[in-house]
Amino acid sequence: MTEQTHQIRLHVNGVEHEAAVPARRLLSDALRHDLGLTGTHVGCEHGVCGACTVLVDGQPMRSCLMFAVSAAGHEITTVEGLARPDGELGPVQQAFRECHGLQCGFCTPGFLTTITAGIAENPDPTEDEARDMVAGNLCRCTGYQNIVKAVCRAAELARSGEDGAA
Amino acid sequence: MKPAPFDYARPGTLEEALQALAGHPEAKVLAGGQSLVPLLSMRLAAPAVLVDINDLPDLDHVRVSADGVRIGALARHAAVLRDPDVARVQPLVPLALANVAHATIRNRGTTVGSLVHADAAAEMPMVLRLLDGSLDVVGPGGRRTIPVAELYVGPLESSLHHDEIAVEAFFPALAKHTGVAFEEIARRHGDYAMCGVAAVVTVDGDRVVSARAGYLSVSDIPTVVDLTDALDGSISDASLAAAAEVALEQLEPETDIHATADYRAHLARVLTARVVTAAHENAREARS
Repeated sequence: MTEQTHQIRLHVNGVEHEAAVPARRLLSDALRHDLGLTGTHVGCEHGVCGACTVLVDGQPMRSCLMFAVSAAGHEITTVEGLARPDGELGPVQQAFRECHGLQCGFCTPGFLTTITAGIAENPDPTEDEARDMVAGNLCRCTGYQNIVKAVCRAAELARSGEDGAA
Repeated sequence: MKPAPFDYARPGTLEEALQALAGHPEAKVLAGGQSLVPLLSMRLAAPAVLVDINDLPDLDHVRVSADGVRIGALARHAAVLRDPDVARVQPLVPLALANVAHATIRNRGTTVGSLVHADAAAEMPMVLRLLDGSLDVVGPGGRRTIPVAELYVGPLESSLHHDEIAVEAFFPALAKHTGVAFEEIARRHGDYAMCGVAAVVTVDGDRVVSARAGYLSVSDIPTVVDLTDALDGSISDASLAAAAEVALEQLEPETDIHATADYRAHLARVLTARVVTAAHENAREARS
């Protein structure tokens, strides 16, 4: 039996993509396999770990808990879309580098997208708010101390960027 | 960890959605999918058809009036949680919603979807039961209101017919001289709780005239227990202990990988005392 496919347009990181996917294709798999955007990582595939988090219309969502057919028509941002237009690291990426917020790096894309949306909503988080912001993401290296530091540093960088200092 | 194949329909009207469901006893409705997609991926469910209702914007509403809160089938948990009118009219709804999964899941998951999923480990079915709310569904025969007492019939099983779509939930407003509280214990905040308890307490002065508590993760279906008689009008160590024992007679804690039955019973006792005390305090504050 051949499975019916759906022709969809996915708007990812400002670029329009066309793909033919079966209805059961998870958004995480569509990004990786159909579009070749392997920055989005797939961990638990049932919504627990957060590694696959992407932004859908600016809101963090689990790409393993959405079907690609449902994502058509929405603006999707993956970790590949977080760098500045000139290719320099975005504030969250830079903060992770400065604060050693990544160890093996597997969970990092989910943290970067989650925090990008988090500091847009709360530009000056306390340490407790920073912990709460990343509470839905698991790091199996348990690098949380530096990730929390990176949240606060990223917020600082983003604020200074808005002042034109970056 | 991939879903089995299914046919996919994305109707633009409620009538089309009902047509897509009709004649497919194995069809499922997809709204947020935050509970459904894991079930599909783990192949615990394999519906022949998924009817995606995300293109029915009429269902994306939160309406608040003096009598309560009406939540449409496409309202995401996050939207309900941040609505200040919801918090004013029925504060138990946001208290519980803050414990529904993680913020990222709440951005996509819907409150009505959680109600229909009928998980006794989830917060909102228990809260709907405790507040004595209702669910409106639409089917081939038109719209009907299901009182929550008739909604939950078994583990992960509601009384909806296969050709019906839940369109709106109703959470009644908080009554006068009444307070609420919610607390749950999970290994990680946002994960499924090992036990959670909510309380609604009505006072006359300091005297407790009514006290009810709802329990999650300690029974097969969301369970509500009337603690009024056990408390006998007052909050004390003895009356709270008596109330917890009355509750435990109705609960069926089970052992699983996360907690033993004894530990769950212990949590139910401790949390009952905490939330009844907190709801009593909340009611007295509301009165002053």
